Amino acid sequence: MKEEGIELIKDGKRLDGRGFDELRPIKIEVGVLKRADGSCYFELGDNKVIAAVYGPREMHPRHAQDAKMAVLKYRYNMAPFSVDERKRPGPDRRSVEISKVSREALEPVIIKEFYPKTEIDVYVEILQSDAGTRTAGINAASIALADAGIPMKDLVSSVAVGKIDGEVVLDLNAVEDNYGEADMPIAMIARRNTITALQMDGRMTKDEFEKGLKLAMNACQQIYELQRTALIERYSEM
Amino acid sequence: MKRMYKVVIPGDFISEDVNRAGEGTYIEEGKVYAMRYGVVDEKDEIKVVPFVGKYQPAKGDVVIGRITEISFPYWIVDIASPYEARLHMSEVTSGGKKRVEFGSMHTYLDIDDLIVAKVTNTDAMMRIDLGLMEDFQLGGDGRLITIPYTKVPRIIGRKGSMIRMLKEKCNCFIFVAKNGRIWIRGKEEDMSLASEVILMIANEAHTSGLTDRVADFLDSYRSKMVKIGNKGLKR
Repeated sequence: MKEEGIELIKDGKRLDGRGFDELRPIKIEVGVLKRADGSCYFELGDNKVIAAVYGPREMHPRHAQDAKMAVLKYRYNMAPFSVDERKRPGPDRRSVEISKVSREALEPVIIKEFYPKTEIDVYVEILQSDAGTRTAGINAASIALADAGIPMKDLVSSVAVGKIDGEVVLDLNAVEDNYGEADMPIAMIARRNTITALQMDGRMTKDEFEKGLKLAMNACQQIYELQRTALIERYSEM
Repeated sequence: MKRMYKVVIPGDFISEDVNRAGEGTYIEEGKVYAMRYGVVDEKDEIKVVPFVGKYQPAKGDVVIGRITEISFPYWIVDIASPYEARLHMSEVTSGGKKRVEFGSMHTYLDIDDLIVAKVTNTDAMMRIDLGLMEDFQLGGDGRLITIPYTKVPRIIGRKGSMIRMLKEKCNCFIFVAKNGRIWIRGKEEDMSLASEVILMIANEAHTSGLTDRVADFLDSYRSKMVKIGNKGLKR
């Protein structure tokens, strides 16, 4: 797509004025939904995401129950109005894949043995999208799970890195994603530097990959701190 | 001043004292970490008391349940848990001495009836068996409120201090079940006061000095009532 000639980097800055290793602004609100067991509203730049957790609750259909542990379900869904061109509502190939990947990104931290035969439902609704919604969704879901009182080993933090105009940069926005050369969303347990999900779209050299991974690790550390602060502050201002 | 207990999130390091690690924690590489989002309680063992969560039935717990289904010879009971519990017919018919005709179980306990029951058995299949308590039937002029089960100990207080005060100052019969359901019976305005105070305790369960604060609240409420007279407090 580069031949269209969009210049993504000018004077060492990106189109939105960010440096190469800068995140978009993040806003987090915990417990936004009254009827959910746990919930979280998450903004990453122009991405606006809401996550709701229900459960552990009785699992249906019964034959899908696991006698030893809870079953985690994750639904990533884009609102029809979340993108410029109206998205046809309902699950599609892309959102089914993202749901699976996101679920697997969160599963390693959830201690499922406490509630056998139940299900834990995570619903992630994308209200506004500007590239990086799956990472925003994972960040939000992780907070919502903690808020629901689900036993967990840690939180999961997630961010994307990519390559635009030959440079490795952090947290692509929609323009960079569309006209850039590569996009790589990563989810990890920030405090242990354990990667729980990694995807890549496009091409990067091994060096670029490693550079990107380092950027992502630092960013996840920052995101983790924000997630943590949001949760702690919820019960400290009384 | 409200002092706070220490709030932790899953994965937070709590202590190196592995031997005292209790509920809501996990041990990794010789250190104790939080497993849940809640407050740390280090009184005798290191526990994390979660803010919310789903009630996990344990043998011996006294719970308030609601009949959801009649499936001969069991009543299926919702006990505010991910698992439904069952109550055998013989619990009502004094050990099977009375004969209950198929299809007449609803004359003893019907759907939506509230009962006080004790968890008599749980198994690995997560089958929960209930036994009835004396005065098991709740109904009529009372009120049922629900709080997170993790906050039940706060409502009861140390050696029952909080619940004793509530009963006395609100002039109500209050029964707190392990699963977070609370039955209140009394005069209408007394019940309103009691449920308001109980919800307040549940909301502020993570702060200390709660018993004193609740006492102050109740006293000031009562003195306002006296000033306004018998018409009651408009809110």
